[in-house]
Amino acid sequence: MRRYLAARLAQSVIVVFLVTTISFFLIRLAPGDPFSFVGDFSMSQAVRNQLRAQFGYNRPLIEQFTLFLGNVARGRLGYSQSMHRYVGDVMAEVLPRTLLLMSIALVLSFAIGIIVGAWQAVRRGSWFDRSLSGVLLLFYSIPDFWLALMALLAFGYWLPIFPAGGMTDQIMHEYMSLGGRIRDVAAHLVLPSLTLALLSAAGIARYQRAALLDVLPQDFVRTARAKGLGERAVVLKHALRNALLPVVTLLGLTLPTLVGGTFFVEKVFAWPGMGYVAANAIQSRDYDLVTGSVIVGGIMVTLGSLLADLLYAVADPRLRAR
Amino acid sequence: MRSPTPASAPAERLAASGVASAVDEPPSDAVPARRARITSALWWSLALIALLCLIALFAPGLAPYDPNAQPDIIGLKNQPPSFAHPLGTDQYSRDLLSRMLFGARVSLSVAMLAVLLAATVGTAYGVIAGYLGGRFDAVMMRLLDALLAIPRVLLLIALLALWSPVPLVALILIIGFTGWFEVSRLVRAEVLSVKQREYVVAARALGTPALRIIWRHVLPNVLTPVLVAAALGVGNVIILEAGLSYLGIGTRAPTASWGSIFYDGSDAFQATWWIALFPGLAIIITVLAFNTFGGALRDALDPHQLADGKSR
Repeated sequence: MRRYLAARLAQSVIVVFLVTTISFFLIRLAPGDPFSFVGDFSMSQAVRNQLRAQFGYNRPLIEQFTLFLGNVARGRLGYSQSMHRYVGDVMAEVLPRTLLLMSIALVLSFAIGIIVGAWQAVRRGSWFDRSLSGVLLLFYSIPDFWLALMALLAFGYWLPIFPAGGMTDQIMHEYMSLGGRIRDVAAHLVLPSLTLALLSAAGIARYQRAALLDVLPQDFVRTARAKGLGERAVVLKHALRNALLPVVTLLGLTLPTLVGGTFFVEKVFAWPGMGYVAANAIQSRDYDLVTGSVIVGGIMVTLGSLLADLLYAVADPRLRAR
Repeated sequence: MRSPTPASAPAERLAASGVASAVDEPPSDAVPARRARITSALWWSLALIALLCLIALFAPGLAPYDPNAQPDIIGLKNQPPSFAHPLGTDQYSRDLLSRMLFGARVSLSVAMLAVLLAATVGTAYGVIAGYLGGRFDAVMMRLLDALLAIPRVLLLIALLALWSPVPLVALILIIGFTGWFEVSRLVRAEVLSVKQREYVVAARALGTPALRIIWRHVLPNVLTPVLVAAALGVGNVIILEAGLSYLGIGTRAPTASWGSIFYDGSDAFQATWWIALFPGLAIIITVLAFNTFGGALRDALDPHQLADGKSR
């Protein structure tokens, strides 16, 4: 177990290192640098060159790379030209918002996915199972930004049940009590988190259905039925418990989908998190901010898959023994 | 999850934990029992895909207007659907139906060519790693782990944000070269098992050159998961291209794709619902067709396949 943990941890460190390296070289391979934006007429060539020297863009590539690695290791992700702040500071501000949105979406997606998948498996082959499979495939085929857009149009504008974008009420939030503020943020959370959750729940439900279908014909389930347990107890206490284990591994696979999805969903709903900031950084060609969010996103995914493996090791006694 | 060690890939893990190894599961070196389950879904999804390709092919004949023509930028701006413009017009007075018909060409060809590229590169990489084995395999797989750890969407956003506006060919190359990682993992796993089979061992014992063994014996046996992954991949890439174009870093400005229509109309969707609705429906119908086709193909060719090739 300890060896497994150590190997897994070392692997994560290597992966993060490679992600950083790849991001660096991708960006240096791109034509131009932050100071060569053609549309900006306010800067003369001399000023651009001075800025390049100031930010180290004129040094040899290897030197830039070692500097970059050292800085990333210390949490310095560069300087955002469009926000005139350090990327690390921007991240510290926006990351909690993204994590809030993502964690709620993650919990919702697993809850929806597990319940729907288990229900389908129990009623395998029925009209109910087949129509839900169709619905899931439909959700599987919808672009994230489009579902977000439709949700926003439907429930933000036409039937204004929920606020149309943002994280807080622009005007009133400052004057609310603590409970009011929490309710305000929660109301703004409903549409984006449900959009993200429904998209990843489709995959989870399919997996859960398959996992439970693998367990249901096994001997211990038959034994549970034979000793006279009710169907409810058989499914919930005996079968589902054993079919939950493989679904834990999906945590690591769902995270890339979620992290990627936040870029589009946050943009549509103007949720001021990492994805929203990065989407805006794209428009203003803010190199360091885009790289920074890609690196942070990569670290989130790596940590998530590490966590999923640890959870799995804890949950499965056979792995714990190793 | 991404390590090639035993009990880490979900499917392998399922097997290792004993959950999936039900009684009827064959031992790993046996040829799995093939029961072809050709469903009606396979035929209707294939027919739908063919129809969409025909529409894309004959777009110039079908489209009522020039997709980039701006007949009256003030009078015909943002018109709701009418007899003259069945799906309405956009903010530059361009006919939405014509733009969507021409957009089908871009969206479909970008997706299909990018997936073709990804499947080819992924198969080559997976076959090389799996067939050579040993230290080569270990190094190649570690590299793959790192590549897989970068969320594809983030990688594409980083790349395209800095390189955009890119020509269509470059877009295809970039999407293709970031999409082969999962295919090569599938292929490598398949190669590892095929390599152990008697006919490959026999061929090697007879002194058949490695390239010939790969071409004649290994490749035909690993193509099934590649085909399924490719069908599902086309759906994914259509969604991906649409998303990137929505962010303004996919298809270049005047060219219509199903995604760039959103970008052009992203100012005021509350007022111009038709611009948000119709391209989205086109994307969903197309992606649904490809996903159904992929699933039906898997059922028809390989009933034992568990892996679920989705990445967004």
